[in-house]
Amino acid sequence: MGPYLLRRLLIAVPSLLGISVVLFTVLALAPGDPFEELATNPNVPAEVRVMLRAKFGLDDPVWQRYFRWLAAMLQGDWGFSFISRVDVDTLILQRVPVTLAVIGLSQLLALAIALPVGIISATRPYSVFDQIANTLAFIGFSLPTFFTGLLLILLFSIKLDWLPFVFRADISATGWQWWWENIKQSIMPVMVLGLFQGASWTRYVRSAVLDVIRLDHVTTARSKGLPERTVIMKHVVRNALIPVVTLVALQMPAVFGGAIVTEQIFRIPGIGSLLIDAILRNDTPVIMAVTFVFACLVIFFNLIADLLYGWLDPRISYR
Amino acid sequence: MAGSTLASPTAESQRPLDAAAPSPAGGAAPRRRSVSPAQEAWRRFRRHKMAVVSLVLLSIMIGLVLFGPLLWKLPINDIDFSARLAGPSLKHPFGTDDLGQDIFARVLYGGRISLAVGLAAMMMAIFVGVVIGAIAGISRGAVDTALMWVTDLFLSLPQLPLLLLVIYLFRDGLKGVFGPEVGMFILIVLVIGGFRWMPVARLVRAQFFSLREKEFVEAARALGATTPRQVVRHILPNALGPVIVAGTIDVAAAIIAESTLSFLGLGFPPDIPTWGRILFDAKDYLDIAPHWALFPGFAIFLAVLTINYIGDGLRDALDPRRVL
Repeated sequence: MGPYLLRRLLIAVPSLLGISVVLFTVLALAPGDPFEELATNPNVPAEVRVMLRAKFGLDDPVWQRYFRWLAAMLQGDWGFSFISRVDVDTLILQRVPVTLAVIGLSQLLALAIALPVGIISATRPYSVFDQIANTLAFIGFSLPTFFTGLLLILLFSIKLDWLPFVFRADISATGWQWWWENIKQSIMPVMVLGLFQGASWTRYVRSAVLDVIRLDHVTTARSKGLPERTVIMKHVVRNALIPVVTLVALQMPAVFGGAIVTEQIFRIPGIGSLLIDAILRNDTPVIMAVTFVFACLVIFFNLIADLLYGWLDPRISYR
Repeated sequence: MAGSTLASPTAESQRPLDAAAPSPAGGAAPRRRSVSPAQEAWRRFRRHKMAVVSLVLLSIMIGLVLFGPLLWKLPINDIDFSARLAGPSLKHPFGTDDLGQDIFARVLYGGRISLAVGLAAMMMAIFVGVVIGAIAGISRGAVDTALMWVTDLFLSLPQLPLLLLVIYLFRDGLKGVFGPEVGMFILIVLVIGGFRWMPVARLVRAQFFSLREKEFVEAARALGATTPRQVVRHILPNALGPVIVAGTIDVAAAIIAESTLSFLGLGFPPDIPTWGRILFDAKDYLDIAPHWALFPGFAIFLAVLTINYIGDGLRDALDPRRVL
């Protein structure tokens, strides 16, 4: 496992570098100037602007600027937010845990839906259950997250008045009350993301299980007299999960996209809403840093998927 | 390999020896003698009931969006404060918004843009994907490795943040060159298409790998066909089935992407009511005017659902590996 992990980590490095090149190219190609804010501000004298440009090296060739930027990012110097007057990395660190909690919980919910439903559907293909599950899955992943969010708010917050629709980070209660309030305000965001992911995963699980369930080793397991439950769980599902993990890893960017939308709807103070706020207020350092953090998170989750892959399929991990 | 398996136990088995007449355009002839690939695909597509229903529904939607504004004469920006936030009525079937503008007219107009963005972004994605996949698939070696590395890199990019970043950085520049509407349209199409070509490229490359070793390509090569001719005349047409399926689903994904951007307030400017933009304006009035959000949201949902079902039906029809 050790060498495998090391190799996966080494493969992640070029991807990160590639992403940083893409990001920086986008920034360098863009018309306009990150210091436009200062340039249009009459309180900033012209010589200060020139000094700032020289300090940040904005007049150097592109590749020099790229390496300087990369070196600064690696040293943890992520810049300074134009708007909130705080270091970007503290701003992001404050907000990452919330995002990760919402995403993590929603992925658990998605798994809790997709695995049982997909497996039951595949063991009884074209049954009534399968058809209903299939239709619901289609509806589930055709409903965009922003619309489901609004529908849930309409139903649970406005009509029924059960759940709050604005996420509050500053709940004053303590102990059980604090947990209860947090659970209540997390239900809808987690449901929005989890149902969307669960719907598409259900289809992956179903088709993967259907592919495996017809193989000879399953027939052999059955004819040995193993109980059906053992056959399904040990002989079918474990093999079927291998392609599912790949597909799930490929979906990771979409998950983070959904998280941005969800955070924006429910006003969750995560990095997604930080990104939107920064864009609406032209806060370039924050925008660059958050995008890079999203890229790192995607790579990190891909890495986890790879490790999971190695655990599910021993043929891979020791190759 | 299962490409030769015709899933047609009934129709063709009655006259199995009659398929010699190569008349692909003879579909309308009174005596059906041979079945062209398109007819065969259509026959299989029709078996997918939900896909057929979806095709009808989507056609109705497209018809409404194209011709509706010609019949429904209320302008999209007719401000009427006496009818603010009114619910659905005969005069305003979808109700009105906070300025008393007719939501039905706005949804019809927005549908044009949303669907146009979906189609244009799909074409862009397909074009880039086919070109890159074809180059990688035909050249192999170092070129293939490099192109696939780029593809994998793009696959692991966080798409929505990057979409937002690109739009944030470039919108003012393009607006200056092309005007606010066309500039935004071009930008959104380029950006969505530019981040969705990777699955197509992978599909095309995989198809090329298997097709370029087939006998008919070898025969063309032996007859002295140049590489471009082999690709364009012989390999590409046979690789198109999965690409069409992927393209259909890409339309739905592009519609969602455009709506998401507009919903976040970063898509089209406020005076162009795309479906996502209407939702963005409506979300603060959810408690007093839910109809405002429900109708455009439902329009997005219906368009995406029907396109996804049609894609599913096309997969049954065109993907020869999946014989029912």
